[in-house]
Amino acid sequence: MSMAAEERSARAPWALTAPALMLFVGVLLIPLAMTVMLSFHDWGQYKGIEPVFILKNWHEIATDPYYAEMFWRTFRIAILTTLLTALLGAPEAYILNRMDGRWKSFFLLVILGPLLISVVARTLGWALLFGGNNGLVNKLLMSAGVIRSPIPFMFTETGMVVALAHVMMPFMVLSVWAALQRLDPQIENAAMSLGAGPVTIIRRIIMPQIMPGVLSGAIIVFSLSASAFATPAIIGGRRLKVAATLAYDEFLNTLNWPLGAAVATLLLVALVLIVVGSNALIERRYAEVFR
Amino acid sequence: MRRNGPLALIFHTIFVIVMVAPILVVCLVAFTPEGFLSLPTNGFSLRWFRTIANYPEFIHAFWVSLGLGALSSFVALLFAVPAALAIARYRFRGRDALAALFLSPLMIPHVVLGIAFLRFFTSAGLGGSFAALIIAHVIIVFPFALRLTLAAATGMDRTVEMAAVSLGAGGWTLFRRVTLPLILPGVISGWALAFIQSFDDLTMTVFLAAPGTETLPVRMFLYIQDNIDPLVTSVSACVIAITMSALILLDRFYGLDRVLAGKGGDTGR
Repeated sequence: MSMAAEERSARAPWALTAPALMLFVGVLLIPLAMTVMLSFHDWGQYKGIEPVFILKNWHEIATDPYYAEMFWRTFRIAILTTLLTALLGAPEAYILNRMDGRWKSFFLLVILGPLLISVVARTLGWALLFGGNNGLVNKLLMSAGVIRSPIPFMFTETGMVVALAHVMMPFMVLSVWAALQRLDPQIENAAMSLGAGPVTIIRRIIMPQIMPGVLSGAIIVFSLSASAFATPAIIGGRRLKVAATLAYDEFLNTLNWPLGAAVATLLLVALVLIVVGSNALIERRYAEVFR
Repeated sequence: MRRNGPLALIFHTIFVIVMVAPILVVCLVAFTPEGFLSLPTNGFSLRWFRTIANYPEFIHAFWVSLGLGALSSFVALLFAVPAALAIARYRFRGRDALAALFLSPLMIPHVVLGIAFLRFFTSAGLGGSFAALIIAHVIIVFPFALRLTLAAATGMDRTVEMAAVSLGAGGWTLFRRVTLPLILPGVISGWALAFIQSFDDLTMTVFLAAPGTETLPVRMFLYIQDNIDPLVTSVSACVIAITMSALILLDRFYGLDRVLAGKGGDTGR
């Protein structure tokens, strides 16, 4: 290769990615930096936003118990949603994986398809199913004898967790599904021929091998649930606030942008720390599986 | 491999019913002949679909969503196709960092993106404008456009390109006559998946939309906040139908299982 051609091939990737890179720096990184800066600005009912550097918003979030309660609620809902999706999604992925080819791909589509359907429409479906104390879900649960008196679902954390778990379920099933594809079915047969019962096989053979899939699914579900907006806003109503709906209120109702920016920044930083931290933990714990 | 026992099949049946129920109930209630929310027990009626016509704001929001989805997905591809070709073909310093940056909108909560764009576009004097919506949507659909194009470019047989070069094809001709047709299925699928993402986004758009530039999900969300009546179910049923059509397009060109598997795989970081 001549010198000129070599030089061209060294520059080519940068020339090809330059437009996208400029786009991302210009309208993603700069706006994000502006948001972090905004959280240090001052705000008053009459004076609006004042571009000074103060810690007022951060101090308010750190000291006012309202914010601690709201963040705790946000993470509590995300944790319960994650647990629910793991407890139901992992067995379902396992069952799916053992089905015959045609049924397998059909049900995979039925379960994963909702991923692409509007979250507003799906949450509206839950609002209809919950529908006050005599909603369909309560009627079904009561006639099945699971509960004696109706559970309030609308405007409660219970309802939010159920609806969010439905919205997030495809991510968990996908993640466990991917882990199951790496699993050698012969190991299961070997265990069976050595006299292991179904419980032992699931506990000693299947569980350890799909655990990385469950955990990485859990990370996705947790981070998406903790920052979810549509479902908490529709099911939770105006009073039961989570981080995303509170930030929305500060920006579009109270107009206290700096405080809203501080809430959003804290949410982003907390999520990045949790996701990166747990990813590192999982990779170290399951290094041999990922290799 | 062992087969599923009866207990497993019961669990599976309940699981599938619960997954489908909310979507099904929306579509069923949309056909109610009554004036209130109810399952259509006395026959089906298109009454609430006709009622949509009396709400021009929903019709307008639909056109905004459609135009926004189509345009932002197209613009995203204009940036994503060259970037995907570079990432697929060259090993250069900063390649991994660039790929991570281009996929980062998947990791940043949309509420944070909404706030960042609201702040940015308001200070740029573009607050509430359609142009601002386009740029913001280009960023959030970019990862999807990039990933499917990348998959197509990585799997491409490059001998055809070499043959074209040996026959004297240069830069632009090579791209337009050889490379682009070869990666086109991936590009079209990238467009369709990007379109669905744009068409469905609420969380980020709700911060940016102003009266006149409200998208359909935003209009629906604001309407639901005030009251839930059969009208929103018929609108939702239409949205579900549109998404399904895009899904069928995706399935034809690319295979839905590949799209969905890719989606899970990469969100899995």
